[in-house]
Amino acid sequence: MKKREYSPYEENAKAFHDELLESEIEAVNLARKKASKREWAKYTEKIIHIIFLLLGLITVGCVLLITVYLVISGIPAIREIGLVDFLFGKEWASTAFEPKYGILPFILTSIYGTAGAIVIGVPVGFLTAVYLSKLASKKVKSVMQSAVSLLAGIPSVVYGLVGMLVLVPGIRKIFDVPDGASLFAAIIVLAIMILPSIIKMTITALDAVPREYEDASLALGATPIETYFKVSVPAAKSGIAASVVLGVGRAIGEAMAVMMVAGNVPNMPDSLFQSVRFLTTAVSSEMAYSSGLQRQALFSIALVLFLFIMLINATLNFFLKREKE
Amino acid sequence: MKKMITMMIVGVLAISMLAGCGKEKGSVTTDGSTSMEKVIGALGEAFQNDTGISFTYNPTGSGSGIKAVQEGRCDIGLSSRDLKAEEKEAGLSGTVLAYDGIAIIINPENPVSDLSLETIAKIYTGEITNWSEVGGNDAEIVLIGREAGSGTRDGFESITDTEDACKYRQELTSTGDVITTVSQNPGAIGYASVASVKDSVKAVTVDGVAATEENIKNGSYVVQRPFVLVTKTDTPLSDAALKFFTYITSADANEIISAAGVVPAN
Repeated sequence: MKKREYSPYEENAKAFHDELLESEIEAVNLARKKASKREWAKYTEKIIHIIFLLLGLITVGCVLLITVYLVISGIPAIREIGLVDFLFGKEWASTAFEPKYGILPFILTSIYGTAGAIVIGVPVGFLTAVYLSKLASKKVKSVMQSAVSLLAGIPSVVYGLVGMLVLVPGIRKIFDVPDGASLFAAIIVLAIMILPSIIKMTITALDAVPREYEDASLALGATPIETYFKVSVPAAKSGIAASVVLGVGRAIGEAMAVMMVAGNVPNMPDSLFQSVRFLTTAVSSEMAYSSGLQRQALFSIALVLFLFIMLINATLNFFLKREKE
Repeated sequence: MKKMITMMIVGVLAISMLAGCGKEKGSVTTDGSTSMEKVIGALGEAFQNDTGISFTYNPTGSGSGIKAVQEGRCDIGLSSRDLKAEEKEAGLSGTVLAYDGIAIIINPENPVSDLSLETIAKIYTGEITNWSEVGGNDAEIVLIGREAGSGTRDGFESITDTEDACKYRQELTSTGDVITTVSQNPGAIGYASVASVKDSVKAVTVDGVAATEENIKNGSYVVQRPFVLVTKTDTPLSDAALKFFTYITSADANEIISAAGVVPAN
């Protein structure tokens, strides 16, 4: 084919056109790049979102797995023993020739033990928190707060060991009983163990009370102590209630320390100085060598304990929500 | 969607539990005494590591173990008591693997040093409640025992014939806890396997015989029971089972047996 001659004008126009085309292409490319980058960013965003979701689901999955497992393995024994006989039976003799599976002693012991720990632990913890939040100097506050944190970090087996070697012989000597391992020893240990959670949470609640409330009360002529107990504490009452519930949760779920000081005989808790067994220790003390219906019954006890803890958690959520409002 | 992911996680976890099953090179099945769990478990594990033959143990109790051998449901039965005459007549033979000696321990401050088996039983059933009744100080006896299901408790109660009748003051979950508690309380009495007794407590002589390895082996110390391997007299063992039998009754296994807290018989 014969090549066509271009006039200079045409030549110019073509060059211009080419340039224009090039820049257009460039612009389109750039836009495409940008778009793909945006696309890419969208994808990474999505991937990260999925990873986070999966990680979150692991937690949920664990809870579900534990719940389902507990229910599945806890129900058969209850069905075989009978719910009433199981919950309200006063005798537990899992390995006897004619086994008896009544967990009322464990339930009552757990309730009494927790209540005892609260009765001793809450006043001490609450007053300590008021002191630290309102009255103590900065130096005292920082020292005592780190001591409280340390108390929270001590492993429960250490509480148990100290209880076993110091508290139990001490109770035996002071109260002149044949053996110190008892409900009372467990209550003391639990009361000390729940102190940190009560103190910390109460301090947080008290610190959050607006300064103006107190100033107003002081300006009206109330003494500082009157102000703290009649203004600050009522203003922080949901937080304080939540701290008590948290303490209850900690006390009812504790196994190791209690196992070392309570004596672990499945007696009905008729007296403070009796050897008793808690719900937690009932599971942990017999699990190692258990088999058959005995093992299933232990799972049922765990299920009962689990329900207790759920109840406590629900109460805690209730108080925390109210505090927010 | 969320439900499906959760289900998948549950599924994966469930499947991973099944991993590790599978057999090769034959297998040995044992069935019987729950008290022998520790010693037979340790031996089985060592045997499995050395030979690659898989080993299973079914903790059902001495009676069911003996029955299982008789009916051919397992290779070796495990019994924590001697075979009865009628069981031997029924074509079973027993080989003692080890002796489980149980020491009766009291606080070192306690002046009592000897108790008869009968007295021990009376103490644990609550018939005797004060040390002065057995020649000690005027102090209440505090009974320390093990948790239900423990082999030591089962052994002690079956030897002293106090099953389900013991009036414990404390039920502890380990030998160490029993020893510590007895060492802390001058009025306490407890029991623990002979191998684990420490100086912080005093082991009493029973009917005048001390709880030594020798006395346990020759049978003069009575708070003991044999751990018996039960096999059929006329049916030979399978190759794998025979290997296991020779392995655990050889002198080489003694170290493992002692480590499990019992006295090896061979």
